[in-house]
Amino acid sequence: MQILVLVKAVPDPERANEITLDPETGTVKREGIPLVINPLDRNAVEEALRLKEEKGGTVAALSMGPPAAEGPLREALALGVDRAVLLSDRAMAGADTLATARVLAAGARYLGDFDLILCGAESFDGGTAQVGPELAQFLGLPHASYVTSAREKGGLLEVEAKVEDGRKKLQVRLPALLTVSRELNRPRGLSFSGIVRARGKKVEVLSLADLGMDPSRAGVAGSPTIIGDISTPTTTRSGEIIKGDPEEVVDVLVKKLTEAGVV
Amino acid sequence: MTEGYRGVWVFVEQKKGEFLPVGLQLLGKGREIADRLGEKLSALVLGRDVKDKAKALIGYGADEVLVVDQPKLEDYQTDLYAHVVTELVQKERPSVFLLGATYNGRDLAPTVAGRLETGLSSDCTRLEIDEEGRLVQVVPAFRGMASILCPDRRPQMATIRPGVFRLPAPDESRTGTVREVQVDLETVENRAELVELYLQEPEGKPLEEAETVVAGGAGIGDLEGWKLIEDLAQVLGAAVGATRPPLDEGWAREDQMIGQSGKTVRPDLYIGIGISGETQHVVGIEDAKVVVAINNDPGAPIFKVADYGIVADYRKVVPVLIERFKKLKNTG
Ligand SMILES: Cc1cc2nc3c(=O)[nH]c(=O)nc-3n(C[C@H](O)[C@H](O)[C@H](O)COP(=O)(O)OP(=O)(O)OC[C@H]3O[C@@H](n4cnc5c(N)ncnc54)[C@H](O)[C@@H]3O)c2cc1C
Ligand SMILES: Nc1ncnc2c1ncn2[C@@H]1O[C@H](COP(=O)(O)O)[C@@H](O)[C@H]1O
Repeated sequence: MQILVLVKAVPDPERANEITLDPETGTVKREGIPLVINPLDRNAVEEALRLKEEKGGTVAALSMGPPAAEGPLREALALGVDRAVLLSDRAMAGADTLATARVLAAGARYLGDFDLILCGAESFDGGTAQVGPELAQFLGLPHASYVTSAREKGGLLEVEAKVEDGRKKLQVRLPALLTVSRELNRPRGLSFSGIVRARGKKVEVLSLADLGMDPSRAGVAGSPTIIGDISTPTTTRSGEIIKGDPEEVVDVLVKKLTEAGVV
Repeated sequence: MTEGYRGVWVFVEQKKGEFLPVGLQLLGKGREIADRLGEKLSALVLGRDVKDKAKALIGYGADEVLVVDQPKLEDYQTDLYAHVVTELVQKERPSVFLLGATYNGRDLAPTVAGRLETGLSSDCTRLEIDEEGRLVQVVPAFRGMASILCPDRRPQMATIRPGVFRLPAPDESRTGTVREVQVDLETVENRAELVELYLQEPEGKPLEEAETVVAGGAGIGDLEGWKLIEDLAQVLGAAVGATRPPLDEGWAREDQMIGQSGKTVRPDLYIGIGISGETQHVVGIEDAKVVVAINNDPGAPIFKVADYGIVADYRKVVPVLIERFKKLKNTG
């Protein structure tokens, strides 16, 4: 099986509280926060590696991002993917989900034919859950989203996916794209031998020109949505701080809540 | 690229022939938007044997209900639904298209947006119309709110979580039309076919209906601490809510998350413990009557959106609270 897995480089979730939004440019500021593989993309990588171990074939990892996104791709190599490709170009910056999906589609086509494309259901920092299904449209592939289990059987994928209050079972024709949920598997950790093996491999970097893509189709230029203004929410609550030792604060709080009639 | 696009559409999802509340909530919001634009509001319904029920949507604000009633559309299936919706959008050209952010809605919306190559914003918490008549899609961003616009492509698409907008009171006297449309599905390949649906009854009283909510965040630290949150909720008869980190840690379930990508709650009392107050969380508690925050960092943003704040280690305060409420209950 030829598998492509998408890897988005996101700021380390452990340090997410350092991320802010630049009110001037409307872009997310994450300077100094290391980039890691988007958490659900780790599940996607895991599934790809497991399928490869079971059925043979190759796994390629693809990302669009700044040069620093090489880090997470190196990590994917150390986890065991055969090939890692970074689509990076100034003209790709500021892309919304549609422009991102369009560029990733060009990257996927450039790399060849795949039986299966795996990506995360949602990214940690964008969280739109759009890139997967949009990419499937650009590639003309069927897809299933929020997948919790997947099994290949006679050229078809038997898939379970989330719905409100339950699950659904689907039969998906290959080639296909799946967006994966956390429940799918438990991602493996990095091994020493994996890290050593990855040292000999390189992350391939491709530009828009390499993809033969018109800059007007990528980045800000290729994005139908724009970010207008950024506002800080205004509050109408008093923010009264109750001081004292635990017994005192609880006394005051319970009194206030009782007066307000909410307990 | 925006010429000739008029009208506001709401996709009203049905499950086993019943309309999901989020679709009705969006008709309420859609009505406001359509009035502001001076355009028509249409509800779009796909399903099997749904024609007769479709009329009810007029009472919720629709001027027109577009119904595609075919056996193959009984349950949501990506290829079939996306084909029908894309074809109708191309033919009828609405300017605004809103969908509920259910699992199916979050699958359908990007599939259609991808095919139409138009803009889509997800999990909006506010929708407005600007002076130029464009849809302003407001989403929480880190420490702020971002307005998203789709200036040059149509329709302007957005998904909205259940509970963000209130259910409008149905008005039986409203008039409107039901228009059945046929779409040929014979030649459409159903490449991701539904085999089975397994649904469970949701357990307990839903968080969004609770009168008291006790919510915990990353600051709870461990499962033992989480137990303290649940104990406090129990003595208060409250539902337990969470921010995102407790889900990732496995202390809380997905359906307990409050915020932009989770639930919107409207309790009389919300007590947030070990929660920093990031915008993506607090958009979900804006309508709480009284907000209490317990956090050991005096600079935590949650204190700015609270009525009462306690700057302390929750491990010291929560046990005292539990004892006090226990006593109150016994004497009460
Ligand atoms: C697109 C997108 C959508 C999102 N949607 C949601 C959503 O719907 N809901 C949601 O909640 N989040 C959402 N998030 C995540 C959100 O941005 C924050 O990361 C999250 O809300 C932070 O949770 P927290 O306050 O529990 O954690 P933190 O920000 O880590 O805060 C923990 C707090 O606990 C305090 N603390 C630590 N120890 C103690 C102690 N012993 N006693 C008392 N206080 C203590 C700390 O001072 C700190 O303020 C979303 C993010 C994105 C990008
Ligand atoms: N820039 C990117 N590079 C590679 N994959 C991406 C990128 N953006 C999104 N994805 C993939 O799409 C998934 C959903 O992202 P999102 O639509 O942002 O929630 C992610 O989990 C990734 O697998």
